[in-house]
Amino acid sequence: MPLKKSWWKILSFVLLVYTIVAGFLLDVPHLPILNETIRNLYFHVCMWFGMMILFGTSFYYSIKYLRGFNYRNDIYALNFAAVGCLFGILGYATGFEWVNVTWVTDQGQSIGSVLKEPKLIGAAIALLIYGAYFVLRGSFTDIDKRARISAVYNIFAFAMLFPSIWIIPRIVGSLHPGAPGSDSGNPALDRTDLDATMRMVFYPAIIGWTLLGVWIATLKIRIQLMKDKNIINE
Amino acid sequence: MNSLVENHNFATMNSKVFALLQKDILIELRQKHTFYGILLYIASTIFVIYLSIAEEPDAQVWNSLFWVIQLFVCVNAVAKSFLQESKGRMLYFFSICSPVDFIISKMIYNVLLMIFMSLISLILFTVFLGNPVFNMLKFTGIVIIGGTGISLVFTLMSAIAAKAQQNAALIAILGFPVILPQLMLVMKMSKTAFAEVFRDGAVLQLTGLTLAMNLLVIILGVILFPYLWKD
Repeated sequence: MPLKKSWWKILSFVLLVYTIVAGFLLDVPHLPILNETIRNLYFHVCMWFGMMILFGTSFYYSIKYLRGFNYRNDIYALNFAAVGCLFGILGYATGFEWVNVTWVTDQGQSIGSVLKEPKLIGAAIALLIYGAYFVLRGSFTDIDKRARISAVYNIFAFAMLFPSIWIIPRIVGSLHPGAPGSDSGNPALDRTDLDATMRMVFYPAIIGWTLLGVWIATLKIRIQLMKDKNIINE
Repeated sequence: MNSLVENHNFATMNSKVFALLQKDILIELRQKHTFYGILLYIASTIFVIYLSIAEEPDAQVWNSLFWVIQLFVCVNAVAKSFLQESKGRMLYFFSICSPVDFIISKMIYNVLLMIFMSLISLILFTVFLGNPVFNMLKFTGIVIIGGTGISLVFTLMSAIAAKAQQNAALIAILGFPVILPQLMLVMKMSKTAFAEVFRDGAVLQLTGLTLAMNLLVIILGVILFPYLWKD
């Protein structure tokens, strides 16, 4: 089989090389407490963007499954959710590193108060929901039933997740930079809040990381499609 | 003419929902052991808390204990709503009514049951653990809204778990992460009844958001339940 070169995979690679090179070398604003850790924006925040987009894609395929009961769509939904979880865990990991040198040491917050941060709770809910999704999948033996019931749960859970990630952190105070309670309103996407050079790296970084997530998901999907070749009749 | 047909459909749907609701209430009245079982569950849980806390808890602890108890009461009260229906009976319902009638009647029934249980536990809480609530009327309203939200979510979770041939454990696993945002909103909202000062309009915003989420759950239930229904 000849090696297929998809333009978006190349784009993802180029953007990520750019993110890492420019992200570490370009000048950034020097803010108190944040200092050079502001560069974490190119990695940590992008993980959450990637996670939400991947969960959204999983949600989309679950709806698609219920419309036509095509088993292929169930495999799509499962794997996008799985890679979304991976991104969520990476988001936590990058955030944890950052918290260690900012909130905990410089602001003197205890770990307990950091964990109650609304955005951390939102992310924890997201991971718990998808954990429950995998547990639910595991409790079926019938493939069709598994696909149908878990699609219902996926749709319901995503719809409930939406307010907890996008609305609640905006109405309560947060320790995160750019959150209400600090100086400005909309976190991360506020164009007036972000320095022009940082925007030059940040936006391509979001696209690059998300494409990488989609890439990983498509590989997992291809493996599963090959495994289940004989139960997919098309 | 068209509207007449629609009117008629709406009327039959209403009567079917009502009949299903009546059936659930009748079962509850005849098999009193489940009903009293939940009451006993509430009473004994609160009594255990009463024994384990040396003095009356302050408002914050009281509030969080109250809502955690509500959560577990709801899991117990609502869990059986789908698990109690045998396969044969489900098949019978399938032939006499639409899934939308069925889920709506279940939701109404569970909401009524949960509101009743919440009010009972509110009374028991004030008896055993003191009453730090500043504005009882407000808090009762919040309890009703919160109880409604919790029972709506768990009705759906119960429907899902019943399909998975699993017991109540799965309901908790599926439901807890989903209910968390609502629970956080309600807990925050109830602080207004403890005389905590909020910024202007914040309480209204929280109430609106909670009600909107309840509406969202109802809509999702009506849309998604037909897919759980057929086997």
